[in-house]
Amino acid sequence: MKLIVAVIKPHQLDEVKEALQAFGVQGLTVTEANGYGRQRGHTEVYRGAEYTVDLVPKVRVEILVEDDDADQLVDVVVKAARTGKIGDGKVWTLPVDTAVRVRTGERGPDAL
Amino acid sequence: MSPEEALSATNVAYVVICAAMVMLMTPGLAFFYGGMVRVKSALNMLMMSFISLGIVSLLWVLYGYSLAFGGTSPVIGNLDFIGLRDISVDQGELVAFIAFQLMFAVLTPALMSGALADRVKFGTWALFVALWVTVVYFPVAHWVWAADEGWLFNQGVIDFAGGTAVHINAGAGALAAVLVVGKRVGFKRDPMRPHNLPMVLLGAALLWFGWFGFNAGSALTTGSGSPAAMMALNTQVATGAAVVGWLVYERLRHGAFTTLGAASGAIAGLVAITPSGANVNPMGAILIGLVAGALCAWAVSWKFKLGFDDSLDVVGVHLVGGVVGTLLVGFLATEGAGFEQFGKQALGAVAVMAYSFVVTYLIAQLLQRTVGFRASEEDETAGLDLAYHAETGYDFSQAGSGTVAGSTVTAPADRAAGQKKVDA
Repeated sequence: MKLIVAVIKPHQLDEVKEALQAFGVQGLTVTEANGYGRQRGHTEVYRGAEYTVDLVPKVRVEILVEDDDADQLVDVVVKAARTGKIGDGKVWTLPVDTAVRVRTGERGPDAL
Repeated sequence: MSPEEALSATNVAYVVICAAMVMLMTPGLAFFYGGMVRVKSALNMLMMSFISLGIVSLLWVLYGYSLAFGGTSPVIGNLDFIGLRDISVDQGELVAFIAFQLMFAVLTPALMSGALADRVKFGTWALFVALWVTVVYFPVAHWVWAADEGWLFNQGVIDFAGGTAVHINAGAGALAAVLVVGKRVGFKRDPMRPHNLPMVLLGAALLWFGWFGFNAGSALTTGSGSPAAMMALNTQVATGAAVVGWLVYERLRHGAFTTLGAASGAIAGLVAITPSGANVNPMGAILIGLVAGALCAWAVSWKFKLGFDDSLDVVGVHLVGGVVGTLLVGFLATEGAGFEQFGKQALGAVAVMAYSFVVTYLIAQLLQRTVGFRASEEDETAGLDLAYHAETGYDFSQAGSGTVAGSTVTAPADRAAGQKKVDA
């Protein structure tokens, strides 16, 4: 199994969710996150005082998938999250040792 | 009812309603300032204004009105009306005036709180409010408004609704207090963003509304020859112009039309039109508003260059706006405009500024050296809400995640049950 982690623009979340549903993904976890990449932050002005805000709001999406689906799903996420503008985010995968469905105790791919 | 009685009746009703409108300005100010500070001291900022409604209302009745409007001295009133003795219900117009002027006395010290945001002891602030209105506000109100008695009144200074007595007075006092109390921890280093700009705009709107009572109400009369209507119109026009003035300056200088700029511009315009009354026409009001809006937008940057932490720009908005309005009316007055009137206006502005600055500085020093004015660094860094009010402004735990949030809070009912058995 693999864990796909995607840090994306908040307003692209709906598109990513729909694309994953269309693919048949059963579940995912979403967390509000803050961060920056190459675009850095932005500037805010309050009565002439300028503040550089480093951390930009992002959404972190996590999806557990079977090994065979991983590459294809990464492409699905990337395609849905892309706006072509700077700050679109990143997607990466991690190997996962085990997964258990809490209600039934099922393990491994059966738990997905 | 004779025509005189009818006019008297409408005057009483008018001034009472205006008093209620001016009362609303103090909570409006609390929201205006409260939204501008950081979360950790938001309640403290609200309370610094709100406490004035408590303290000054009492003092006004006990001796404030008498010190401001009693007697025949040019400098200060007397104690003839202490506890409002000898004033009866039959004197409707006088009682309405006393209630109306009470609201001004409440608002003026509250204006200074913005300069001291996030870093003073609440108890000392309450003491400061009481001392300041007694030694600074009541005498200055007497100078400016005690008809035929106050020395600035008799000089012919035009101050219809309080450009000198309220705004220059509070602005100069704020500067003096800031110099005693010092800068916030992290001034110019940490970002100190306003935590709730919608609240700031709401506060500005309440102030704008209440200001019709403040300005037009200062006419005190309602007959067709009353300046009230023109003052209401001027108030709206100057404030609109100042919003535009501030936003244009900001767009050119910083590249954005900010919400905070719009709210601040409105206050700058309201401050600047306050002294004029119906002594200018609406075209004059536009000019006053535009100048005040743009100039105050620039003035709020001075604190960074000069290094005094006037946290929410009481000096940049109220002192500068008050001076602009007070001086411009010298040239723009529909009657008697010119260098002679300008000279009188300048005298009024400088006299109030100097007196307020010096005396406020002494009061603040006295408090700092006795009970302490400045909060401890620990309390300031952690936030004054918990230190002085035992509350936090907002509950950031998510609604619904009850197990975590709920386990840390004991409901009052549970606590009572734990202490003693309740008969069922």
